[in-house]
Amino acid sequence: MTKPPRQIRLGAHFPGVNNTTVWSDPRAGSQIDFASFTHLARTAERAKFDFFFLAEGLRLREQRGRIHDLDVVGRPDTFTVLAALAAVTDRLGLTGTINSTFNEPYEVARQFASLDHLSAGRAGWNVVTSWDAFTGENFRRGGYLAAEDRYRRAEQFLRTSWQLFDSWHGDEVVADKDSGTFLADAGAGAFGHHDDQFDITGQFNVPRSPQGRPVILQAGDSDAGREFAAATADAIFSQHNTLEAGQAFVADVKGRLARYGRGHDELLVLPAATFALGDTDAEAQENALQIRRQQVSGQTALLFVEHVWNRDLSDHDPDGPLPEDDPVVGENTIARGRASVRQIRDPLAIARQWRELAEAKKLSLRELVIEVTGRQTFIGTAATVAAQLDDLVQQRAADGFILVPHVTPGGLDEFADKVVPLLQERGSFRADYETETLREHLGLPPRPTLEGELR
Amino acid sequence: MAPPLPLHLAVALDGAGWHPAAWRLPDARPTELLTAAYWTDLVTEAERGLLDFVTIEDGLGLQSSHHDRPDGRTDQVRGRLDAVLTAARVAPLTSHIGLVPTATTTHTEPFHVAKALATLDYVSLGRAGWRMQVSARPDEVGHFGRRQFPQLNITDFTDPSVLAFVTELFDEAADFAEVVRRLWDSWEDDAEIRDVATGRFVDVAKLHPIDFEGPRFSVRGPSITPRPPQGQPLVTALAHASIPYRLGARAADVVYITPADADIAGATVAEIREHQAAAGRAEQTVHVFADLVVFLGDTDAAAQAGRDRLEELAGAAYTSDAPIFTGTPQGLADRLLAWQEAGLTGYRLRPATLPGDLRAITRGLVPELQRRGAFRTAYPGGTLRGLLGLPRPANRYATV
Ligand SMILES: Cc1cc2nc3c(=O)[nH]c(=O)nc-3n(C[C@H](O)[C@H](O)[C@H](O)COP(=O)(O)O)c2cc1C
Repeated sequence: MTKPPRQIRLGAHFPGVNNTTVWSDPRAGSQIDFASFTHLARTAERAKFDFFFLAEGLRLREQRGRIHDLDVVGRPDTFTVLAALAAVTDRLGLTGTINSTFNEPYEVARQFASLDHLSAGRAGWNVVTSWDAFTGENFRRGGYLAAEDRYRRAEQFLRTSWQLFDSWHGDEVVADKDSGTFLADAGAGAFGHHDDQFDITGQFNVPRSPQGRPVILQAGDSDAGREFAAATADAIFSQHNTLEAGQAFVADVKGRLARYGRGHDELLVLPAATFALGDTDAEAQENALQIRRQQVSGQTALLFVEHVWNRDLSDHDPDGPLPEDDPVVGENTIARGRASVRQIRDPLAIARQWRELAEAKKLSLRELVIEVTGRQTFIGTAATVAAQLDDLVQQRAADGFILVPHVTPGGLDEFADKVVPLLQERGSFRADYETETLREHLGLPPRPTLEGELR
Repeated sequence: MAPPLPLHLAVALDGAGWHPAAWRLPDARPTELLTAAYWTDLVTEAERGLLDFVTIEDGLGLQSSHHDRPDGRTDQVRGRLDAVLTAARVAPLTSHIGLVPTATTTHTEPFHVAKALATLDYVSLGRAGWRMQVSARPDEVGHFGRRQFPQLNITDFTDPSVLAFVTELFDEAADFAEVVRRLWDSWEDDAEIRDVATGRFVDVAKLHPIDFEGPRFSVRGPSITPRPPQGQPLVTALAHASIPYRLGARAADVVYITPADADIAGATVAEIREHQAAAGRAEQTVHVFADLVVFLGDTDAAAQAGRDRLEELAGAAYTSDAPIFTGTPQGLADRLLAWQEAGLTGYRLRPATLPGDLRAITRGLVPELQRRGAFRTAYPGGTLRGLLGLPRPANRYATV
């Protein structure tokens, strides 16, 4: 008998504020109406996905001191949408990004515990550390956090939240009408947390939720980010979605687990993945190129190149060559509130690479950007894409994927209808939900509480 | 006599009801207080009664019989869910009733609260509101570790340092509400243009920084959430004394008051109208609702017996900040219509028991008021603001 294939985990990223979401497509709908969220979540649930995923941003992005107006702008509050989606889905995990810099543990823990109750155990939290003072201008706290301190706060934030989640054990509410005892323990929820980030005491006021703690996702890619994931996360949302890069990433982050007394199965690696389908592989290639052109207009390409050059290039022609001067090195001042900018660590090297590529392939600035940015991860017929996805998981380059469709809200429909059934035929994706909670769907072991018991 | 003006009616939902022993009644569901089904059933019942809205109580500390600290009791309901999330969970399963969760202004971020309520307005298609609440409890300060409160007996309003402290918290709340409303206006309604020709998704001239600068916080804006369906969700506040009356008159669309009798109600309405004029809002509709705790029964004797039974279970007489009504739905209708002459435009009823007193409101009081021509017989359709006769606010940043 052959071994059953490894099971693929799938998340559905809502295509909202994102430089890959195409709004000019005739099929593009609202990024803010609740009907759009319902559509994507129900599609994901119909296809038996593990979870729905919602990104977050806390300040409108700017470039050259002006709000960036070429991409989709405007998004809802993460918790509120996830709670409402719990009403229109039954099994789908509901995960969202919540920043650890511009929030407080007591409040976030209350919100996640509430979401977990209201969804009967389907809550998940993508802990991000986005920190900049630019975003801080929207908050009481301001932009006080130096970049090197942000993972320190994030980790303490998470540990403090766990302490709050674990402050109720789950057996305190007895509600015995006859004896008049509502709580078995007057001290339920008592906590005290004291470290260099948080100095708080009191009583948490949400009794233990079905999962106890939400599933934790982590999305940073720096060394500090990977270490944070290895120490704390249930799943890591990565950017490495090819065989070699994926295997290297998996080896790296899973190699860090032993240090924290954790096993290989306790951290899932889920790369972000995009796709372009077609009735033939050639047609899919054609569709992919068409999507790329929709994603990268001439204006968008220029602004993107500005991120690297870190200066105003508005007098350049997107159909002309790359700028001749070198990028301005140092703190990026041209663009604010954009995650992609944070990934640019060596602008001179990037510029050199791009120039060589443009020269070799005779590419204009816009063509170059189309070439080097966010190409679709999976391109082909449904059968081709199903095979590619499956291979990456079977070859341990990933445990699954967070799919990022490029059209709101129908961008997952075709994948759900055509690719998922093929994965199910291969035996590497569930035919129906067999479990209730998100943690169970993901096949994660129960986590110890702070007191060391398994719950 | 002229026919009575149509009343507005809200119900305040909290735990198993407002009486601390309500959870022990046979039809109470004390083990389900943290489930979606429980809240869906309650709000659906309120919607069946065509009520204007429900409020959902909340707080950042454990419920307590004390005003200013936890009480360590185990014989009453303790533990609750975030009210905004509860409202959002119920929103897609209801279609007409307003959803007004409580959110605190003392420890939270106005930016987060503004986008959460705007989002509630999207998920409910224009039925969101907010009960803003100040928190003076020292134990809640300890949950955040970000500020210090003075050591005061905050129930002693003759103490000048108490007054100064309370004034400070309410002024902060007024700033908070101002930030929230500016954030809701920070996108003009037609900011999203999707102009394929120029490649622009939004018109940045229609997105506005709010640049709020105050002594307690500053917020730059604009919001990340587009202006919600109602333009601005409904803002409400409970008020027991002059400082909070002033906050309500400055910042709210609905003020809940707790008058002991009709005369006090009249005087309080007059005081709120004065504060409203001083705040330059004389032309705006600000509703004043009286809060009443209600114990209802088919007869006065049955209502009283129900209340007696609860007091026996609790081992203490029931007291409340709000006036308490014990009697039949017909008697309650008499009371509501009589007090209306003091200038009240509606009521927020606090059911002593859930679901019992809520059902008595929706199935007893409402038909009685309808018979007297004092309550709607169908939802008109539209937003919560529309239901309350409030206009959709003009956007302060829009240039026509
Ligand atoms: C795939 C992916 C998704 C992310 N999603 C968000 C998000 O929704 N909101 C946000 O503020 N930051 C987001 N981030 C930013 C990261 O969480 C992190 O804060 C940032 O990458 C800086 O951390 P690093 O230096 O460890 O990479 C995302 C990052 C990645 C790689």
